[in-house]
Amino acid sequence: MQWIDTILQGLLLGGLYALFATGLSLVFGIMRLVNLAHGDLIVLAAYLILILVSALGIDPFTAALIAAPVMFAVGWALQYVVLNRTLGDDILPPLLVTFGLSIVIQNALLEGFSADSRKIPAGALETQSIALGGINVGVMPVLTFVSAIAVIVALNQLFYRTALGRAFRATSDDPVTAGLMGIRAERLFAKATGIAMVVVTIAALYLGTRANFDPTIGPARLIYAFEAVIIGGLGSFWGTLIGGIIIGVSQAVGAAINPEWQILAGHIAFLIVLLVRPRGLFPRTVG
Amino acid sequence: MPVSPRYRVTTQTTASRVSLVIALLLVVAAAAAPLFVSRGTVQDLFFILTMLVLAQFWNLLAGYAGLVSVGQQAFVGFGAYAMFAAVSLAGLDPVVAILVGGIAAVLLAIPTAFFVFRLEGAYFAIGTWVIAEVVRLVVAQWQTLGGGTGTSLPRSATRDMIGVEQLKDWLGLKSSAAGDVVTYWLALALAVATIAFIYRLLRSRRGLGLAAVRDDASAAGAVGVDGNRMKHLVYLVAAFGTGLCGALIYVQTARISPDAAFSVIDWTAYVIFIVVIGGIGTLEGPIIGVLVFFLLQNALADYGSWYLLVLGLIGIVVMLFAPRGIWGFISDRTGIELFPIRRRLVIDDDPQTPDTD
Repeated sequence: MQWIDTILQGLLLGGLYALFATGLSLVFGIMRLVNLAHGDLIVLAAYLILILVSALGIDPFTAALIAAPVMFAVGWALQYVVLNRTLGDDILPPLLVTFGLSIVIQNALLEGFSADSRKIPAGALETQSIALGGINVGVMPVLTFVSAIAVIVALNQLFYRTALGRAFRATSDDPVTAGLMGIRAERLFAKATGIAMVVVTIAALYLGTRANFDPTIGPARLIYAFEAVIIGGLGSFWGTLIGGIIIGVSQAVGAAINPEWQILAGHIAFLIVLLVRPRGLFPRTVG
Repeated sequence: MPVSPRYRVTTQTTASRVSLVIALLLVVAAAAAPLFVSRGTVQDLFFILTMLVLAQFWNLLAGYAGLVSVGQQAFVGFGAYAMFAAVSLAGLDPVVAILVGGIAAVLLAIPTAFFVFRLEGAYFAIGTWVIAEVVRLVVAQWQTLGGGTGTSLPRSATRDMIGVEQLKDWLGLKSSAAGDVVTYWLALALAVATIAFIYRLLRSRRGLGLAAVRDDASAAGAVGVDGNRMKHLVYLVAAFGTGLCGALIYVQTARISPDAAFSVIDWTAYVIFIVVIGGIGTLEGPIIGVLVFFLLQNALADYGSWYLLVLGLIGIVVMLFAPRGIWGFISDRTGIELFPIRRRLVIDDDPQTPDTD
């Protein structure tokens, strides 16, 4: 029974990692850009929600609703002003610019908020739980997991049911031809990063309400997100969810055996998948 | 009758001959420095030289082989821990143990190459980071070497290190100061050897192959350059050099912990900024970069995290608007190359050779 409990907790934790990973996967899928500052942007969004909650005295969900358009604007501007300049055949500029950005965000947050651990207060929700059979699961972990599924469903709808999604797919497949059809890649990329930042805000809401955070934890979130993306196979949002769940369950099982093995177990699971299925579990077929 | 060749292929220029002479003089001056400067200055110079070595190897990876690694701290930390193990557990002399550190880093690089080379481009970068995290977490479990909190080198080991006794008598130094001089000379030797080795490599057939792969992988493949082999070779060489340097750094500090030895900021972020600001893909770039880095660090030392923030911003601005860094800026305007690797055809004016037409 204890093992079922552990695995269930890990599965729900996987929902959080899937939320970290979806934004990364979205941006990579459309413009082949890997944002090394992704984890730090999640932490930035968490601080933004924290400020709104403490300054306006509102609950974190309302705060996230206000933070989401702000983060969309941040993502849009970041892509339009900075990151678009780095796109091209050379992989150095995007990597080095986003790495620099990661260091800048971390240290700006350190300067603004000190190195103290913070948490977004979520009131009674923090401790509430529901009984599933004989197991109690927290309301927040369940909400996280449901949100991850909702985000993936919404993104898939956006990608396959809307004109914007069609433009995303077209530009991803062949930017030159898409350009000839009147799609302005710069603006499209800016929108994509903006949408990724909305997902980042949702991830930040759960990151900040479930556990302590401080300005330096971004890179570790980037690594979990990256592992989930690679395990799932590039280009598949559902694969990313499975990837997140595998990392989450591995960490939960590792922690149950020895608390020091929690993080290590997640990394080992990733390396094993890389060893046996280097293209991930659900690779999108390459045409 | 001996026929003098009319054409030669050379990489030398007047500037490079002059710079070679200046470089030799600088090395001699640097070697003599401990006789004249304070212990604090020797430690500063040690820091500059070790950062230069790390920067040259990262530049070899990213600037010449297109392998952007964010996980070189794996080799710094592993080399350093291997050195600690060789000294504390096997009783080796720290100077000899530095070699053990380098070899250990290569032994680590062989299996990790197997994993990270399955990932391409940007994913390679994060893959190296994951590996570094795994190595850090595993090493932190090693209780004999202090586990998560770390440990120190035995006092006797650094006191009895090769050369320390002689230097104490010769220069009249305390053993800790004499130890600093020994590690400084080793750092100088390592930096000179690193630059000489990389310069030789780049001017060799392999270096030409490397440049070809970087500029156009499929065209290089078509003329028979095995790009994958070249990249593996560079990855292993960089691991060896980085491991040696990591071990040397921790002989000097004599105290180690997993968080410090595997720090992504200290051993990779700083190194990336040094190379980017100085000029990526050149041997001169890291040299200029490390000097700028050192000056900035001294100027902004009192401002805490502002320092890294400013460094990050400068790195971003340079990458966006002057991607070839300070050296690229200078070189573009003056045409000077201190370490030329471009092959130029020189036609000898030899009046004795008759025209064949």
